[in-house]
Amino acid sequence: MTTVSQRAAVPTASTDRTAVCAYDRLTADLGVAALIDGVQVAIFRLADGTVHAVQNLDPFSGAHVMSRGITGTRGDEPTIASPLYKQVFSLLSGECLVTMDKAPREGLDPRLTVFAVTVHDGLVYVDVPGAM
Amino acid sequence: MGAEKVVVVGAGMVAQRFVQSLRAGDAEGRYAIDVIGEETFAPYDRVALTSFFSKAGPEDLLLGDQALWDDPAVTLRRSTRATAVDREAATVSLDTGERLTYDHLVLATGSSAWAPPLPGIDLPGVFMYRTLDDVAGMQAWVRERQAVVGRPVRGAVIGGGLLGLEAAGALQSMGATATVVEFADRLMALQVDKSGGEALKSLIERLGVKVKTSLATTEVVADAEGRAGTLRFSDGSEQLVDVVVFATGIRPRDDLGRGAGLAVGERGGIVVNDTCLTEDPRVSAIGECAAAAADGHLSIGLIAPGNAMADVTAHRLLGREEAYLGADTATKLKLLGVDVASFGDAFATTPGALEVVYSDPFSGAYKKLVMTDDASTLLGGMFVGDASAYAQLRPMVGAELPGDPSSWILPEGAAPRPELELPDEATVCSCNNVTAGTIRHAVNEDGVHDLGELKACTTAGTACGSCLPLVKKILTTELGKAGIEVSQALCEHFELSRAQLFSAIQVAGLTTFSEILERFGTGHGCDICKPTIGSILASIYNGHVLADDRAALQDTNDRVMANMQKDGTYSVVPRIPGGEITPDKLLVIAQVAKDFDLYTKITGGQRIDLFGARLEQLPQIWQRLVDAGMESGHAYGKSLRTVKSCVGSTWCRFGVQDSAGMAIRLEERYRGLRSPHKIKVGVSGCARECAEARGKDVGVIATEKGWNVYVGGNGGFAPVHAQLLVEDADEETAIRAIDRYLMLYIRTADRLQRTAPWQAEYEGGLDAIREVILDDSLGICADLDAHMVHHLDTYEDEWAAVLADPDRLKQFTSFVNAPDTADPSLAYVEERGQRRPATASEKVQLVGAATATTHPEEN
Repeated sequence: MTTVSQRAAVPTASTDRTAVCAYDRLTADLGVAALIDGVQVAIFRLADGTVHAVQNLDPFSGAHVMSRGITGTRGDEPTIASPLYKQVFSLLSGECLVTMDKAPREGLDPRLTVFAVTVHDGLVYVDVPGAM
Repeated sequence: MGAEKVVVVGAGMVAQRFVQSLRAGDAEGRYAIDVIGEETFAPYDRVALTSFFSKAGPEDLLLGDQALWDDPAVTLRRSTRATAVDREAATVSLDTGERLTYDHLVLATGSSAWAPPLPGIDLPGVFMYRTLDDVAGMQAWVRERQAVVGRPVRGAVIGGGLLGLEAAGALQSMGATATVVEFADRLMALQVDKSGGEALKSLIERLGVKVKTSLATTEVVADAEGRAGTLRFSDGSEQLVDVVVFATGIRPRDDLGRGAGLAVGERGGIVVNDTCLTEDPRVSAIGECAAAAADGHLSIGLIAPGNAMADVTAHRLLGREEAYLGADTATKLKLLGVDVASFGDAFATTPGALEVVYSDPFSGAYKKLVMTDDASTLLGGMFVGDASAYAQLRPMVGAELPGDPSSWILPEGAAPRPELELPDEATVCSCNNVTAGTIRHAVNEDGVHDLGELKACTTAGTACGSCLPLVKKILTTELGKAGIEVSQALCEHFELSRAQLFSAIQVAGLTTFSEILERFGTGHGCDICKPTIGSILASIYNGHVLADDRAALQDTNDRVMANMQKDGTYSVVPRIPGGEITPDKLLVIAQVAKDFDLYTKITGGQRIDLFGARLEQLPQIWQRLVDAGMESGHAYGKSLRTVKSCVGSTWCRFGVQDSAGMAIRLEERYRGLRSPHKIKVGVSGCARECAEARGKDVGVIATEKGWNVYVGGNGGFAPVHAQLLVEDADEETAIRAIDRYLMLYIRTADRLQRTAPWQAEYEGGLDAIREVILDDSLGICADLDAHMVHHLDTYEDEWAAVLADPDRLKQFTSFVNAPDTADPSLAYVEERGQRRPATASEKVQLVGAATATTHPEEN
């Protein structure tokens, strides 16, 4: 279960949170990629101010491009569309909502890994389990 | 194997239809089909013979999907004649000496041109008008004479029927003069009455064709060199000629049938019953060589009945008994650009029939409806000069026509026309014999709600296409009745179609996505509506694609102004207008490619594509290109891509205009013009068409007098040749027509709809588009022109603009927390001296499994 929050929690050494960038560095609906201990993460600030993070690897192309997709909504669910073959994923659950009749690349899960994001003191923290 | 052998003699349109129809219903391969054709071509569209002159070559006339002839169950023998049929032995003898046995024989030998046995008919310079070879021979002759005589070649056509008028048009299109000589008292005597013939004559004479009626030709007299030189007529008069074309009728080719002892009709044609069988249960005859019971044992020289016979015969072999119900002799033709149509009881032979006639003194049009004596039921009609009501009225024959019948023949708008509800049994598509009922069934029972699918599953409108407006109307009416609105909604966030949204945004003067969403949409948008609105905003205001809140609207390609490739890196294409480039600029491109190790390839659009650039490298690459005077090629945009050209008259010994110069002018005019889909343009310097311009959205082809502009061409998976928009125009006129065509397209096309389908689906088709942009029928030309001026005034190179803006450059970073690190998952191997992305298995070896995935557990 992934939580997306802007609670003013103080990151401590016991968590896996990594400060990625200043919140102000993020433009609404324009994703950025981050490299966190070898893991590529796509981070999105949405129009409502919330911040979401998912794996940057697009399971349908095998390329690390999710940060360059288009954000949107399906119903109330915030989404990200792959820029390569246009599959649409939920930013909340990572689930692939529109497969465009394609299967993911061999060995890849069609669901995106979702990472918890915290904004504290104007900084964006992403919780990548195992990252130092 | 035990496949039954079907031998088809003849490889014309009807034979093609039969084979297609039989194969379509014979998935299990019950039949093996041999087709014997004496011409060197696969079956071609004989009806479109005249268009041979405006097309690149005979290939353009080939009928149907050519894959049919690659089907292992079908063997097509070209340049082969069947010489005899032995019904006892069930064999067909060929002129190759072979003998084929058959289980079923289908005679589809068609008809041959017939000419009266006049003195001089065999002279060089006298032609028939029936086959591609006839037409090609005539064209070669006219060209050759043209080169010698140094004045327009003098042409004469004997016969004022359909083929005669087509031949006159062909002569004119080759630059020859044309005189049509008709024995009867009017042109098209089978289709139109005396008044209609008069109207047709005067309309055709306005086009520069001379018409002589009630005149018999008695002799073709040779000139000093033994070529056709003078025509002599029954009234003693003479006319000088360089080329003579006989189009004096056709005769069924029934000699094979006669030789085999089969019965023939009084005026020729192999006698067949309602299922197209001859007296021999193993022999069928279809098309113009057949004389069907339902047609009073007369051969009919039209394609639609031939197709119907082909279907009846194929279906019979497949076990479905159907009857051929006789020809619908309704015809609609465009002769030399003049509409001629007649249907039903056009000559008012029904006792008590009323004729409602309208002659338009200005346009020269003649229109007539034939009604029952109480003026309630439609019996037939005739149109000369304006057949716009034909498609709607023809299926109404025998049905009550609501309202005042004259409303259908008065100029449009003079009297309101009532809505027509077609009876189910009315034929909508006469080429493929599809009724309104069949179309309604497909819509209501089979759930087909899309015009393209409807065409595919009913075959309506797939031959000549003239019934498509009607098919579309039935579709929308039926869906409306069922309470299904044909949803034009862009996506779940916008109820409006792209065209509606375009007008709405323009009228409301909105400039940002959030304003537009608030005013016309719901939710937060998505990957469908965002790029569409990004494109509309760019089309209307021509602002920078990354300005204000627009960057987030763009698809990734527009967002970083490069083309994303499969591994997430980009390709870079600088603009090379018209494909013309200086060696110095080539050196710059080469040096950039070398310095960034970019895979380099020449594109189909005459420019150079540099692959493998990472996101963070794009600004550095473009800085170098911009410094050298280059600009964005918009290879990534739904916008003008390239204007392909040949070198033209400046260098080429055949060129008649400066095509490269024209191409550069067009490319610099339309560069950066955002549109519903990509736009490609081509310019050729002569009719040889080396730039393949007719495969482009806009194709410009030089003529001796100026430029021909063609529109709506398309490559891709549904290739379409562009159609003629304006002819022999000077440069300014041609450009104005293109300006308006593009602007109209941008305003009214659907999302991701290219020009070819847009043009086909535009209400009224290209004719209507022509009226809007050339005759200003909607009064919007000034608007379209102003819009283009705005585009020209506001164009800027979007890459130069980004390089000057540090804020926008921020986006071009690999990782927000590690801007100097390249994507570690990228891997390449060398091939033919350049690099290419590694395949998945190569990648595992190169970078190890760890970077091939980002699952945190594995890191």
